[in-house]
Amino acid sequence: MSAKPATTLAARVIPCLDVDAGRVVKGVGFVDLRDAGDPVELAAVYDAEGADELVFLDITASSDERDTILDVVAATAEQAFIPLTVGGGVRSVDDARALLRAGADKTAFNTAAVARPEVLSQAADALGSQCVVAAVDARRRDQQDPAAGWEVYTHGGRTATGRDAVAWIAECAARGAGEILLTSMDRDGSKEGFDLHLLRAATGAVSVPVIASGGAGTAAHMAAGIRDGGAAAVLAASIFHFGELRVAEVKDAMAEAGVAVRRG
Amino acid sequence: MSGEAQGQREPAAAGDADETPTVAVLDYGAGNLRSAQRALQRAGAHARLITAAADAQGADALVVPGVGHFGQCVRQLRAQGFEPLLGRWAAAGWPVLGICVGMQILFESSEEDPEPGLGLLPGVVRRLPDRVSVPHMGWNVLTVVRDDPLVAGVDGAHAYFVHSYAPEAGGDHVVATSFHGVAFGAVVRAGSVAATQFHPEKSADKGRRVLANFLTGVAQRPAACGPAR
Repeated sequence: MSAKPATTLAARVIPCLDVDAGRVVKGVGFVDLRDAGDPVELAAVYDAEGADELVFLDITASSDERDTILDVVAATAEQAFIPLTVGGGVRSVDDARALLRAGADKTAFNTAAVARPEVLSQAADALGSQCVVAAVDARRRDQQDPAAGWEVYTHGGRTATGRDAVAWIAECAARGAGEILLTSMDRDGSKEGFDLHLLRAATGAVSVPVIASGGAGTAAHMAAGIRDGGAAAVLAASIFHFGELRVAEVKDAMAEAGVAVRRG
Repeated sequence: MSGEAQGQREPAAAGDADETPTVAVLDYGAGNLRSAQRALQRAGAHARLITAAADAQGADALVVPGVGHFGQCVRQLRAQGFEPLLGRWAAAGWPVLGICVGMQILFESSEEDPEPGLGLLPGVVRRLPDRVSVPHMGWNVLTVVRDDPLVAGVDGAHAYFVHSYAPEAGGDHVVATSFHGVAFGAVVRAGSVAATQFHPEKSADKGRRVLANFLTGVAQRPAACGPAR
């Protein structure tokens, strides 16, 4: 054991916004917003609250309205001065490049990466690993037994792929993904805490940062994701949006647990 | 625009009626320029993207942003004719700010690619050690090791980094360091050429502070004639 920490990097706290045709869905109830559906205004609020990064998940179903995310990203980059990751419907290097040009810092590949894993290497070669995130949705093969492993799902969790999640995560990193956004489908929305077994398996398999997602209900859960799960960042959506948790509270809990965090 | 008359105005003389500094952001196809432009505007500059050296005329300072691969970035920057521009500005003592890979390409070389850098900053950019997560991505602590106006008010603050290579921590040009597996240069300066390994345009209020510090330095730049051409 070295007395000196290997890094002084702070753990990141990341609110995630679901954006449909340019509007935030799942409502937001925690601040006095002029327009709770406006992702740009929300992004600025989270920036001011001390969020370390933002994720936009574009869930626009209609292809006619797909390009609205580019306008949202461009407008957000005008008002938020923290990093922005955009995922959802990113299928090609060109898609990713368009998002980066609009002002995103990173793009997340999910379903497209499983269908064509080479898109990760292509994107990493063309754009750099630092802006290529692999988003992985994983579900336990056996609810009671983490030793049975986890399976990768795509298409927003609707399609089982048969792939082993930990092996897939390692492949994503080997292909050039600079970061893994790992969602536990079992825990998502449960507020029971992250699947720490999954996190430990994933963070043990790759050297790139892993963002924990799915299940956090309390600040203590967030801290555990970092300290016990080995994640580099924690992500949550509705618990932030509805004011059940504030970014500053999460950072307090992390600091108390001995996790380094950024203070404004 | 007529060439020679405008040429004498590179950079604009100090004491112009408009005190807002004009910053030319070098657009050589390297990543997210809009964020850098917007953050400079928020910090109090006129900021415009330029794709050719001639477009720097009238600017008070140059910013070299950059995301991506050292070799690609430095080759593209050279292909667009920016190297002589940066050399002139550095020689004349006019302000230049490099950001991330835009910083790295100002060094002599990098372990990422055999293509030489511009050599406006001394030393080699090295790969971060494998015993920590690489790329180094996220908010890390700045430790000021040498007084410099660029880092006023940010000692001990967190800044946002995304990189796999970094300058070494030693040397007189190192103004601030950070630590990820190894101490590395996070802010450097050689004369009027300053640079940050982190992204001030993504570093919230502390990033704005660094950009504002840079613009303060721009306002105090030597009022002598512009760089020789």
